[in-house]
Amino acid sequence: MTENNNNDKNEAGDDKPERVVGTPSSSAEERVVSEQPAENESAHAGPFEPFETHLRSEEQMRRGDKMASAWFIIATLAGIAFIASYFVFPPNSSGEPMIADPQIAQYSNMLLGGTLTLAMFGIGAGMTVWARNVMPHYEVHSPYDELPSNEEEKGSFSEFFMKGADESGFTKRPLMRRTLLASMIPLGIAPVVLLRDLGPLPREKMHHTPWENGRRMYVEGTHRALRAEDLENDPNGMISALPAIDDERYPHGISMNDQAKSVILLIKVPEGDWKEGMNQPVSEDSDETHMNWTYNGIVAYSKICTHVGCPAALYERTTHRILCPCHQSTFDAADAAKVVFGPAHRGLPQLPIGVDDEGYLISTGDFNEPPGPTFWEYQGGSGS
Amino acid sequence: MSKTTQAPKALRGVGNYIDDRFHLAKTGEKNLRKVFPNHWSFMLGEIALYSFIILLVTGVFLTLWFKPSMMEIVYDGSYERLQGVPMSEAFASTLYIDFDVRGGFLMRQIHHWAALIFVAALVIHMLRVFFTGAFRKPREINWLIGVAIFALAMVEGLFGYSLPDDLPSGMGVRILQGVMLAIPLVGTYISMFLFGGEFPGEDIITRLYVLHVLLIPALLLGLIVAHFMILWHQKHTQYPGVGKTDRTVVGTPMFPAFAVKAGGFFFFTFAVIAGLSAFVQINPVHLFGPFTPTSITSGLQPDWYMGFMEGSLRIFPNWLDFTIPIGPGYPIMVAVLVPGLVIPGLIFGGLALWPFIEQWITGDKRARNVADRPRNAPVRTGVGVAGVVFYGVLWLAGSNDILSETFSIDLYLTTYIFRVLAIAGPILGFVIAKRICLGLQRRDRETLEHGYESGTIQQLPSGEFIEVHKESSSETVEVLSSKKDPSSTVLQEEDVDSSGVENPDARKGMGKLRRALAHWYTKDNVTVRDVEPHSGHHLHHTHDHTSQEGPEEDEDGH
Repeated sequence: MTENNNNDKNEAGDDKPERVVGTPSSSAEERVVSEQPAENESAHAGPFEPFETHLRSEEQMRRGDKMASAWFIIATLAGIAFIASYFVFPPNSSGEPMIADPQIAQYSNMLLGGTLTLAMFGIGAGMTVWARNVMPHYEVHSPYDELPSNEEEKGSFSEFFMKGADESGFTKRPLMRRTLLASMIPLGIAPVVLLRDLGPLPREKMHHTPWENGRRMYVEGTHRALRAEDLENDPNGMISALPAIDDERYPHGISMNDQAKSVILLIKVPEGDWKEGMNQPVSEDSDETHMNWTYNGIVAYSKICTHVGCPAALYERTTHRILCPCHQSTFDAADAAKVVFGPAHRGLPQLPIGVDDEGYLISTGDFNEPPGPTFWEYQGGSGS
Repeated sequence: MSKTTQAPKALRGVGNYIDDRFHLAKTGEKNLRKVFPNHWSFMLGEIALYSFIILLVTGVFLTLWFKPSMMEIVYDGSYERLQGVPMSEAFASTLYIDFDVRGGFLMRQIHHWAALIFVAALVIHMLRVFFTGAFRKPREINWLIGVAIFALAMVEGLFGYSLPDDLPSGMGVRILQGVMLAIPLVGTYISMFLFGGEFPGEDIITRLYVLHVLLIPALLLGLIVAHFMILWHQKHTQYPGVGKTDRTVVGTPMFPAFAVKAGGFFFFTFAVIAGLSAFVQINPVHLFGPFTPTSITSGLQPDWYMGFMEGSLRIFPNWLDFTIPIGPGYPIMVAVLVPGLVIPGLIFGGLALWPFIEQWITGDKRARNVADRPRNAPVRTGVGVAGVVFYGVLWLAGSNDILSETFSIDLYLTTYIFRVLAIAGPILGFVIAKRICLGLQRRDRETLEHGYESGTIQQLPSGEFIEVHKESSSETVEVLSSKKDPSSTVLQEEDVDSSGVENPDARKGMGKLRRALAHWYTKDNVTVRDVEPHSGHHLHHTHDHTSQEGPEEDEDGH
């Protein structure tokens, strides 16, 4: 398919015309039948006109034949090797697969893939050699079809169609036509109705999380309840935590949905580093300030970015900045987690925290705003 | 070559059996005689087609073991390092394909690589069609089908990427859900319905699975078949050359030559994809671990074709976000809506509309079977380059954290740079590409007029040295002189007719706009209509043809 690409680059004109004598002149609009016979015309038995068929030399065809056959033999051997390499890694006597070892899995992958590649390449190369050395090179001329039908055909069609439509009564009897169309409407809506049970209505689900007054917290990925000292002893520390729930239905003890909305970052901020924003109320109609919701220099924010929901897991201790690695929204942990850079619409929601009688960190309520990606009704719920 | 044209008896038997039932002899011969023009760029669409076939085959293999279930289990399979880790059945069954099914890892890699190459081949094929004007009448509808295939392929790829439920794949779904939630008024409803409740719920993988293995592939298959049938019916475009006109196509016949070449090319495509899958690992989900909504790693990258969305989400600032002050207040997240909906809408909408916009500007209603050389349509080429640059900048911005780390540039600085580039890049791209086109047009004119530089230096009797120019080949002359000047029917209409009445169209808003665009589209051009092709040994320096130049002034004059 590439051999005749002299169409696009024509800066140098010294290349000899590739075709043999008798090709159409440059002004040919239609197929031009040459007056000069092609070299091989006397012997020509191919399916296309001699001037469109550029035969290979006998020598070239012989070489091509051998070369293509060599490739096909390589492909055959590689194909056999592919099948063989499937059986090189059998399961052991107790049925455990040998490829369970990642290293062996990789060898298996390379061996299978390598032999498959060679088999495919061999066939491709053989066929290409066949087409380029054994088969003639064709430059066949063929007309583009005139696409628009002629006026007579169009007129006939249109007349036939309209007569049929009239006779059927569809055009003449509007009552029937309109009632038929009307009957389609409910059926068209029906599939949409049927999809109603795809999911529940949002209502206030996204406004509430398992955090409530007195709920202890686990270090994420463990069942170890956090105590205030865990952070107090580590100035600038940061711990990712989940509500302490042990529901046996879930391997994690807590459902994925609850994890997704209630994961928090607990951050210890040194006394002097707090900024002005901490003295503002946590929400418009609240007397509590962000500072009131901290405990002993520890502040808790939702870990889920308010942009599109990635965990904002990167914390820079010296600047107290929380960075979401997905789209780089940046929040200032010392300033009520306000957005300081990036695409997020609002700061991270804050969770009110305290300690219980035994010194365990607890939440004292739910977030001040719904956690997670910002959505249309986020300010609407009865919320916290 | 024997003179035997009689087919062997067995073949005749089969042929007659089929023809008795379908009457196919005439149609069959016509189709086997079908001509395919030769050019490397016509193979790009083939790569896409073959990758799609590979995707279907390997995809079926993967479904034999994959369990599209979000049921949480504690892994107890063959891969030791994740034993005891809670994960979804989807992820566990993906590990099973990798570490229990022989060849499973390879098939999964081939499936993933073929998907990447499928979309890449689609895009490059589409650019070829765009830059050569092959979308013009009568092929506009096939272009639209192509745009639809491109859009569906992206969605199909995204959903497939989401199925194994490994950490990056789940995060892709999370971002998708986050974008949905930003949609005003109905965002939460769409998300609740799609996910069967809150994120991540227990349904999404099952649902994406059905879309990925059934609905979208069926649509894609239908569109690809339609694309191919239309191509078959209308025949391929061709590049200018001797004998190649809007009415005659020149090339390789389907049988025997094209079938063998195309068949060989299928195997080459498969070989490349298999080779990449064997030696270049792209989706080691066992190293990523299962998805949890609470964990993430830095440096996450989506599959390449989602990169432009990721990039635009990263660089679009939140300065334009606002809240509608009704009731409790409703937020409009411009920083999510523009990257998530408006930019893809612009890219796909722009692609879909361009043939019609161009036709409206030029008024060209003729069927065009000879493709343009990109340089001969400088405005179109410029617009295309601007689009490519815009897409490319957004795509690169999707890796800004990696660029920042690799080149030790401040992360936020990369964001600012990309914000500027996303606006300035396309403008520069347009201007530069158009200049290059016009430069190439000038060189073409030069070559046509004076032949090519032979490298032979001669000394004239006067002592002066000249380089001898030689006659170009007939092919070159044909290609160069086939250039058509960009024109527009709207510019040929008189603004004031013979009786002094103003053309009402020229005064209305749309008419004015159309005239302005037509002027913009056609004003820069180096015509070759007045050039006599070189026929002898010109002394190059003695000619000054500035006055013969086309309608526009010539910046660098010769």
